[in-house]
Amino acid sequence: MKILVCCGSGLGSSFMIEMNIKKVLKEINVEATVDHSDLSSASGIKADIYVGTRDIASQLTSLGGKVISLNSMIDMKELKEKLVAALQG
Amino acid sequence: MLKFITDVLSVPAILVGIISMIGLIALKKSGPDILKGTVKTILGFLILGGGAGIVVGALSSFGIMFQHGFSINGVVPHNEAIVAMALKTYGTQTALIMAFGMVANVLIARFTPLKYIFLTGHHTFYMACMIAAILGAGGMSGVSLVAVGAVVLGFIMAFFPAIAQPTMRKITGTDDVAFGHFSTLGYVLSAWIGSLVGNKEKTTEDINFPQGLSFLRDSSLSISLVMAILYLIVAFASGQGFVEKELSSGQHFLVFAIIQAITFAGGVYVILAGVRLVLAEIVPAFTGIATSLVPNAKPALDCPVVYPYAPNAVLIGFLSSFAGGVIGMIVLLIMDKSMPGLPIILPGVVPHFFCGSTAGVFGNATGGLRGAVFGAFAQGLLITFLPVLLMPVLGSLGFANTTFSDADFGAVGILLGHVLNLFGQ
Repeated sequence: MKILVCCGSGLGSSFMIEMNIKKVLKEINVEATVDHSDLSSASGIKADIYVGTRDIASQLTSLGGKVISLNSMIDMKELKEKLVAALQG
Repeated sequence: MLKFITDVLSVPAILVGIISMIGLIALKKSGPDILKGTVKTILGFLILGGGAGIVVGALSSFGIMFQHGFSINGVVPHNEAIVAMALKTYGTQTALIMAFGMVANVLIARFTPLKYIFLTGHHTFYMACMIAAILGAGGMSGVSLVAVGAVVLGFIMAFFPAIAQPTMRKITGTDDVAFGHFSTLGYVLSAWIGSLVGNKEKTTEDINFPQGLSFLRDSSLSISLVMAILYLIVAFASGQGFVEKELSSGQHFLVFAIIQAITFAGGVYVILAGVRLVLAEIVPAFTGIATSLVPNAKPALDCPVVYPYAPNAVLIGFLSSFAGGVIGMIVLLIMDKSMPGLPIILPGVVPHFFCGSTAGVFGNATGGLRGAVFGAFAQGLLITFLPVLLMPVLGSLGFANTTFSDADFGAVGILLGHVLNLFGQ
């Protein structure tokens, strides 16, 4: 299982979301590789789940994995719900 | 043996590796994880240097064409490009200022009312680099350079989030999260202008704004496109004969211009990959340590944290800021007539995208659509004029065809440079 978080230049916000995802995965006891990148690189990285905030999530839909679109970068509850749903479905 | 140790410590790549190793040990990681993280950090730093070479090559042909075509000095502000160049001279100082600056940030958050922990690692890194360059150009060196640099960095890491917080509360509706991106003065300006001219009830999010431009969020793509336009303009201005004779060794001048523009974007891409590796271990370690030592502090996060609250304001802010950058450039061109030698700051797409978009969201929070338009426009002007004043205090780096782009870099750099001048005389 591989999860890739994306943002404009792949430095700041995708990194923060990655750290939050790792926290959630630990909490729900799921093993997965989590990484972050910019949008250009994302098209060359195979992942099962792509994660982005809602303003860029539309750019991730053609990459071949499930897409999680976040309304907020800081809402851990939203992140956990959407992540659990994507992992089950 | 002593020579070996001092040589090891004076290689910046190894130094950042050691900083990251200390972080990994503090987080009680396993042996293989510590080794992996340390090596990857060193690798990242070396990649950064490679990216600098690519960017410098592409920029120098841009500079020559600009100079030949317009007989003035053209500058495209771009943090990644200038940082990668500056690290060649100030790598060690940057690494040390960054490490001790983060310690200073934690101490300030722990013991003063400025309860903010600045988590945008790449901006900490870039700011450390600029402070090192300015203190170095101002005549400081050694322990005093690192000590002064670290205190300044630690202070601004807590100060800038604090001045953004009133508007952040309006945007996010909570007081739990802070804002950490070093163009804060532009955002505060935008929010202030928004409150003067706008009406926050008439928000950008009520209008139906086409989202077609959102593909520009892909920064490698938008750098390529905008730089291609700029390179084509300077190639035409300096003429086919000049370019093919002096620069492209016979390659058609338009092909040359486009390839150089995309090469610039490629160099930035490589630098970003390096920065990502450098920060991969340092940021989680800093986050873990800082939040456990100062549990009541607010984490200050990178600018896209505000984008989902107002996606229309993001695009409107970008366009409006870019317009401000174009107008600012025209003003500089006119001023250059009476003040020859003035550098012409061209609108760099990355700063206008990230800072302009954020200014749009801040302006919208206080003044709705009008606030987003006028606030972002003002920030576009601000990040065009600040670099003009910043470049003279950067020493030899001030002669590059690129410079630091975001507002806080300009303001902090100008202030530091002039304070050093006072003491120097």
